[in-house]
Amino acid sequence: MATTHGDTTSTGPRERAAGYQRNTLDILESEAIFVIREVAAQFERPVMLFSGGKDSIVMSWLARKAFYPGRIPFPLMHIDTGHNFDETIRYRDWWMEQIEARIIVRSVEDSIKQGRVKEEDGPNPSRNGLQTVTLLDALSEFKFDCALGGARRDEEKARAKERFFSFRDRFGRWDPKNQRPELWNLYNGMKRPGEHLRAFPISNWTELDVWQYIQREEIELPNLYYTHEREIVRRDGVILAIGPYNQPVDGEAAETAWVRFRTIGDMTCTGATESRASSLADIVNEIAATRVTERGGRADDKRSEAAMEDRKKQGYF
Amino acid sequence: MGKARANDTTPTTLVKERDLLRFTTAGSVDDGKSTLIGRMLFDSKQIFQDQMDQLEHSSKLRGEENVNLALLTDGLRAEREQGITIDVAYRYFSTARRKFIIADTPGHEQYTRNMVTGASTADLAIILIDARNGVLTQSRRHGIIASLLGIPHIVVCVNKMDLVDYSRDRFDEIVAEYQAFAQKLNVHDLEFIPVSALVGDNVVNRSEKTPWFDGAPLLQFLETVTISADRNLVDFRFPVQFVVRPHQDFRGFSGQIVSGTIKVGEEIVALPSMQRSRVRSINFYKEELQEAIEGESVIITLEDEIDISRGDMIVRRHNIPEVEHEFEATLAWMDERSGLARETNYILQHTTNRTQAQIDEILYQLDVNTLHRNKVDTLNLNEIGRVKVTTAAPLFFDPYDRNRNTGGFILIDPADFRTVGAGMIRYSSRSTIDELKRDERSRRLEVSQSTEITWDPGLVGPQDRIRRNGHRPFCLWLTGLSGSGKSTLAKEVEKRLFDEGLHVVRLDGDNVRHGLNGDLGFNREDRRENIRRIGHVARLLYDFGHAVLCTFISPYEEERSFVRSLFPEGSFLQVYVRTSLAEAERRDPKGLYKKARAGEIRGFTGVDDPYQEPEQSDLVVDTERLTPEEAVEQVLSLVHDLLK
Repeated sequence: MATTHGDTTSTGPRERAAGYQRNTLDILESEAIFVIREVAAQFERPVMLFSGGKDSIVMSWLARKAFYPGRIPFPLMHIDTGHNFDETIRYRDWWMEQIEARIIVRSVEDSIKQGRVKEEDGPNPSRNGLQTVTLLDALSEFKFDCALGGARRDEEKARAKERFFSFRDRFGRWDPKNQRPELWNLYNGMKRPGEHLRAFPISNWTELDVWQYIQREEIELPNLYYTHEREIVRRDGVILAIGPYNQPVDGEAAETAWVRFRTIGDMTCTGATESRASSLADIVNEIAATRVTERGGRADDKRSEAAMEDRKKQGYF
Repeated sequence: MGKARANDTTPTTLVKERDLLRFTTAGSVDDGKSTLIGRMLFDSKQIFQDQMDQLEHSSKLRGEENVNLALLTDGLRAEREQGITIDVAYRYFSTARRKFIIADTPGHEQYTRNMVTGASTADLAIILIDARNGVLTQSRRHGIIASLLGIPHIVVCVNKMDLVDYSRDRFDEIVAEYQAFAQKLNVHDLEFIPVSALVGDNVVNRSEKTPWFDGAPLLQFLETVTISADRNLVDFRFPVQFVVRPHQDFRGFSGQIVSGTIKVGEEIVALPSMQRSRVRSINFYKEELQEAIEGESVIITLEDEIDISRGDMIVRRHNIPEVEHEFEATLAWMDERSGLARETNYILQHTTNRTQAQIDEILYQLDVNTLHRNKVDTLNLNEIGRVKVTTAAPLFFDPYDRNRNTGGFILIDPADFRTVGAGMIRYSSRSTIDELKRDERSRRLEVSQSTEITWDPGLVGPQDRIRRNGHRPFCLWLTGLSGSGKSTLAKEVEKRLFDEGLHVVRLDGDNVRHGLNGDLGFNREDRRENIRRIGHVARLLYDFGHAVLCTFISPYEEERSFVRSLFPEGSFLQVYVRTSLAEAERRDPKGLYKKARAGEIRGFTGVDDPYQEPEQSDLVVDTERLTPEEAVEQVLSLVHDLLK
């Protein structure tokens, strides 16, 4: 598998605009790296969560840059819902080699087998709720005291008030009323035994920032993000991929369309968008012109207006 | 695996070189703050279709006729139910020129904590005033907090202009009242814009209903306000975050440069060990940089093996911050469970460092509505006070006004580790005026013992002089950067006062350094002695009944306080002649900045020696914003007030 990052030839002095100007991406990159290093320094056993989505790919790339020529001083962890696209899994293993990182995988499937959780019924069984249990179990299994996540504040209203360092009680719960004020760039990661924190280094990035950064850094993404022909079904205004975990139900018709994904999560609830964008430049243009938020394509957020807030309180990201 | 599909030729629509402006909005729900933000997002087409659908849906459920733009920013369910914003919410939008991060904070007094938090990272504050209600207590409070937190730019939006018939008089009245109040604050840049968030006047688009307003609409102002000059590019400060040591041959110190710049080969000092070395390389991923600047996260390697770990700070050899474990600070209390306790050993987090700290003394509590100082025993939630702090290990800091990143700290409760306070270091206690006075006393003692001099009051008393001269004596002290316009201003004022018949004399930096202080250089000690002598000369002239004008850079707070202490209360006026470093450097009337930058002059204020902005001046004259005539008039009116 060819890579474009392995290129070590360009080590000359960076071109710098006159007057020491720094653009948005430089500022956001530096801020995210600062937060990732704070986590590495302040915690005994941090972990970085990896979903295979573009945000966690960017976050792990930032971790790579933060410590280079050293290796990332903590493991990454993937909570596999068992409903992932095959390509996500293949990409994950390839990407870990590129960034020389170590990955731990824990699966919802196992949690179901162990009777920790029970699968939802109905035509649209989502494992998003279930993965919270698997995640919390994994955190305590490895005694992780801080989990880095790729959440962004622009994704959803409840996240607009999230901190960089988000405090969770002994039950992994997020209490919006019990968050620590964050001043300047001073992040307080102190905690008592049993408590842990979540840290969100790309809090201040927007979807467009992420795509522009991917373009600038020439990061390779799974093909799912680019246009491809796929069997889909339209359900409640959301385009869902047809696959082993998701079949058309009564009255729904399967069709073939040119689609791509704006986010990649569980196959059962990640909506695709019709798009012909085949390059990063196409995608950046498409995002800049788009009129629907990326979570608008996620069936799980549509369940109620405060859906995200409720899931967060239970320990979801 | 797919390649990074970046190398095709499809043009990208957005300008890549956008910079970033972080601003905070303060105001209560009645001021229309959420509506203003909603309007900005809506008119600049930043609201997505599904958000709009949701908004329409929610507004309908609440039985509202129009789409309620405020619902867009009120995040959490509890708040939506109560109809108020109770925490800091961050919002994002961008235009072709800039990306904006809004820290949206509630305006009520009980949320001072949130305002302080939102203000801590802001470049600019928007303060909303309801045109019908005018300047209220909370409008002042927002200004005071913005000023305490060192936000460089304030924009006052006089909102609901539609409800006062777009009255110019009403707008001017509010502007005048707020400007008069802001004179007491340390505010660099104050703008006023008449808007209606509900209807959209002067938010994104210029309103036809305010033809008398020739300023820019709010969004245009936000897009163009200059923020690069607010950065501190002088003092290189590099708090070490994490040591990267992949193998024997590489030992790198990772961190973010919080201010200043550094080049490969430059001589550095590590604090607190004070060991010296040189920069061998500056690394960022696979790049090797020749120079790195404020804001960049890099890894630095040194020529020598010296022991440095997290919490240490790398600085330039000739520009070292204060290293003290006693200092004064402004402290905002943020804990709702308990107030500040003097017997508690708090954990103090500052840069990448943590140490224990005790609050020795609460000098006063500041009423954030009136600036009034109250004597108190503790500070409770949302209260702000001036305190003396002692830490177990010394901190490496600069005064907050000079450097927000090395001047700010938080206090952590040692029992449950919650963040309970936020502090801004004003200056160190040890090296301040006490020492200077002690120093000066011993000098005076030496002199009198050796020559047996006693003070001779003479036969002409102060009242005789006042009667003859027709005015009381006073000292007017102008401080500011080289090139700020102090001398030009003082010369004009001298002429005008002379014409009015005052017995006026003027002491100027250059003149004094020719003769009286010709033996002094520009190091810290000599600068101190320079000001000590000038202060005494000014006092002698004062005793002889003169109006004494002094124009000296006088960059240090302790020396300015010292001079002030030589004069009786009410006879000393300090004027801060303010200009940005960038502007002073652009003017550079004597070519000194150029020489300093070239390394021909050492210890030049603003370049490699700090200018501590005065916290409390009797007048701040901003020569970038005022015409020379306006500046002279302001100073004259200050003098006339004193002589009344």
